[in-house]
Amino acid sequence: MQSLGSIRRDFSPWNDPAAKPYIVFDQVTKKFGDFTAVNNLSLSIYEREFFALLGASGCGKSTLLRMLAGFEEPTSGRILLDGQDLRGIPPYRRPVNMMFQSYALFPHMTVEANIAFGLKQEGMESSKIADRVAEMLRLVKLEQFAKRKPHQLSGGQRQRVALARSVAKRPKVLLLDEPLGALDKKLREETQFELMDLQQKLGLTFVVVTHDQEEAMTMADRIAILDKGEVMQVATPAEIYEAPGSRFVANFVGNVNMFEGMVTARDASGVSINSESGIAIRTENAGDAQSGAKVAYAVRPEKIKVSSRPPMDTANNAAEGEIYDIAYLGDMTVYYVRLANGLVVKAASLNSARLTDDPLTWNDRAWISFKPDSGVVLTR
Amino acid sequence: MSNAALSQAGLPAGTDAGPGTKLLRAVAGRVVIAVPYLWLLLFFLIPFVIVFKISLSQTAIAMPPYVPVFDLSEGIFGLFASLRELSFENYLWLTEDALYFNAYLSSVMIAGASTFLTLLVGYPIAYGMARAPATLRPILLMLVILPFWTSFLIRVYAWIGILKPEGLLNQFLLAIGVIDQPLIIMNTHTAIFIGIVYSYLPFMVLPLYSALEKMDYSLIEAAQDLGCPPTSAFWKITFPLSLPGVVAGCLLVFIPAVGEFVIPDLLGGSQTLMIGKTLWNEFFANRDWPVSSAVAVILLLLLVVPIVLFQNAQARAQEQGR
Amino acid sequence: MNASLSRFNIVSIVLGFAFLYLPIVLLIIFSFNESRLVTVWGGFSTKWYVAMFQNQGLMDAAWVTARVAFISATVATVLGTMAALALTRYTRFRGRILFSGMVFAPLVMPEVITGLSLLLLFVSMGLDRGFLTVTLAHITFTMCFVAVVVQSRLITFDRSLEEAAMDLGATPVKTFFQVTLPVILPAIISGWMLAFTLSLDDLVIASFTSGPGATTLPMKIYSQVRLGVTPEINAVCTLLIAVVTVGVIAAAVVNKRREVQRQRDEQAAQRG
Repeated sequence: MQSLGSIRRDFSPWNDPAAKPYIVFDQVTKKFGDFTAVNNLSLSIYEREFFALLGASGCGKSTLLRMLAGFEEPTSGRILLDGQDLRGIPPYRRPVNMMFQSYALFPHMTVEANIAFGLKQEGMESSKIADRVAEMLRLVKLEQFAKRKPHQLSGGQRQRVALARSVAKRPKVLLLDEPLGALDKKLREETQFELMDLQQKLGLTFVVVTHDQEEAMTMADRIAILDKGEVMQVATPAEIYEAPGSRFVANFVGNVNMFEGMVTARDASGVSINSESGIAIRTENAGDAQSGAKVAYAVRPEKIKVSSRPPMDTANNAAEGEIYDIAYLGDMTVYYVRLANGLVVKAASLNSARLTDDPLTWNDRAWISFKPDSGVVLTR
Repeated sequence: MSNAALSQAGLPAGTDAGPGTKLLRAVAGRVVIAVPYLWLLLFFLIPFVIVFKISLSQTAIAMPPYVPVFDLSEGIFGLFASLRELSFENYLWLTEDALYFNAYLSSVMIAGASTFLTLLVGYPIAYGMARAPATLRPILLMLVILPFWTSFLIRVYAWIGILKPEGLLNQFLLAIGVIDQPLIIMNTHTAIFIGIVYSYLPFMVLPLYSALEKMDYSLIEAAQDLGCPPTSAFWKITFPLSLPGVVAGCLLVFIPAVGEFVIPDLLGGSQTLMIGKTLWNEFFANRDWPVSSAVAVILLLLLVVPIVLFQNAQARAQEQGR
Repeated sequence: MNASLSRFNIVSIVLGFAFLYLPIVLLIIFSFNESRLVTVWGGFSTKWYVAMFQNQGLMDAAWVTARVAFISATVATVLGTMAALALTRYTRFRGRILFSGMVFAPLVMPEVITGLSLLLLFVSMGLDRGFLTVTLAHITFTMCFVAVVVQSRLITFDRSLEEAAMDLGATPVKTFFQVTLPVILPAIISGWMLAFTLSLDDLVIASFTSGPGATTLPMKIYSQVRLGVTPEINAVCTLLIAVVTVGVIAAAVVNKRREVQRQRDEQAAQRG
């Protein structure tokens, strides 16, 4: 796993202007009757990328995947794969394979026959098929289950059969529709790493659809956040989390405190914001916000410190309030602090020591504070 | 129906029932089982025993027209006495006369061929229905079931006016110039095929539909995704998965079709040999009760295998429904 | 399944339904034919309906049939519901396999065999063939259809409803009448309707088990059909079809309306 991390860190073709995208959605629109599932969407995905489409249900992410697989045709726009326009090519002639949310394992066939199904369609020699099936079974560690039928397998095993079946043909692109959706939490975490490992081993391009942000953050090189058929932001997990491009993205991914306000001054080192909650905020991450602009200042709970005394460092942004609620989560404690004007701010503090020296409790007066570079200014 | 069996399987135990409630429950359970059980024993099972017994009797000019008459008043000795007079003569008679053998054979063949035709006609309909938008499906289902509610006799009768030499079909075909001589369909096997396919179509479509409707469409998409063109995906995925429906539908058509009387009688004319018709004629025209009983016994034996298959399929479906 | 209809699907559905309905439609049309010839259109007329109502034999047969169907459907519904309860609620009792066999077998049993065997039973019991014997025969073969219809509803029935009722202090009998019965009632009603129409339609079993004075309508129709197709028979058939169709559609509409009403209530409840 360690080595994998270092490979992935170097992988960033989207920053290389010379790199050619592998999959291109070019102004794609898809309508079902009156309903617009995908609205004039453009997106580029690079070879060997692990790309996640993240959004709530009905945001159009599955439709995108199904258009790539060939089950739906775009109403307008083009989809290119390795430079080739996919329009009119039926699903059974596309060099992409899909892992279905329901797994769609053929119930009347054994595990072996399921995995061999796609290879037989290609007209591969039977000895080669047997070799490839054995290889796939090894890859997903299901050698001893070859002769079983799908209903004799556990959920996790079925998931691995579906995976083996969809990669058996060595597709150029593997599409995964909520690949871990049906697994329980523990199994899901394990499988995330197995999927990443497999993608590296086979050197395939993965496009995964998910509604689970943690899953997308863990696995993907880049994430596209979708809403109402449009792309809200495409970026690496860290960028999405630390530098969301809009209020929507900031709210959608993780927890956030949002201070609405107006920019009162802008200088070389940042901006000052007069927030509606009454605190004056000084920040370095100003983006393109000009003086007088209505903006939101977004700061993640774990970047806010709570203490019973005012902060020493006057460069920090700070406000006084009252502890309104406390959620003890084990690894961390989340304090809900109500400020003077009623705004409730979430502040998470890591429980690195077993007992804190500064025990805060309900209805205590408390100070929240955060550094000038802790949050971002959002204009959209 | 012991007490233990009843309490094991009986109404849900949950409340601490008083002795009165328990008694009531046991009595209710017994009544619910016993009444329909006894009814079916008396009016379904015992009649078969009687048919079997009479098939071993001899024809007589009397009322009832056979000897020995089973007489309860003579008690157990009377029963033994009459047993001695039983004979297998009627069965011998059936084997000697080629008419019966041919009738059985042609019944099975006609029923088999029409079952196959019904499958051919019914499958595309059931498939289309299963693929129809979910809002349309209940209406289509209702439209398939509706003819089943109208009289069987009427539906067969309706075809006479269509298939006759001077009937509507020939009038139509002559008018548009496809043929210049009326087709002779009435009183042929073709007419029987049409009649059976038409009358039993709902029996075929319903089980097929329920098998196809249950199927997860993403299986077809998965097959196509793995490189399988639609037609081949049908034969590799859809058809094998609909087999339980195919089997149920075929049995539901085949079993009653073998013993069918109305269709061969009204559409098949006098030359058609089918066992249901033969039985009817032996009974009503020849008044030979023992021979018609023997015919019925052999027909039943012929159908035991498909009927048991059907029951197993029903039991399995019931298990899955739970 | 969930995909758009292809052209092939539409064609097969349309042809299939044309095949199912065209003969019936033609039969209805020709019941209004002026001409005595059934297959040659001679102008619109309702005279065959008048003739039908004046045909005393036909009217007597209709009355016999209606009474037989009503009585046998009612008894068959009670017996069939009991059989369905026995099959779904009591998974273990002596002879259960035989019992379920006897419930399912009549569904596919050739009618000639059922008819013959019942007749022979009645003869050996010394019962005179007539109204009573037809009714008994019809109860026997239609109760199995009722049992299957009710059973399929009972299988999906949520047993915890009954447990809740008993937990709240209802006796088993009260629970059955106040909780179970209302829930399965639609299935029981459609079971009754099925039994009624099966009895109304039956020719073969009635021919075996009926006697003089208890000629049913299908027997009457059959004996006239053997003599040739007449517009008068078309008229009788049309009327029978109309009665059954109206009944079935009315039941479906009532069901549907109740369903829609329930959904509307649920939505209203959710809106608060």
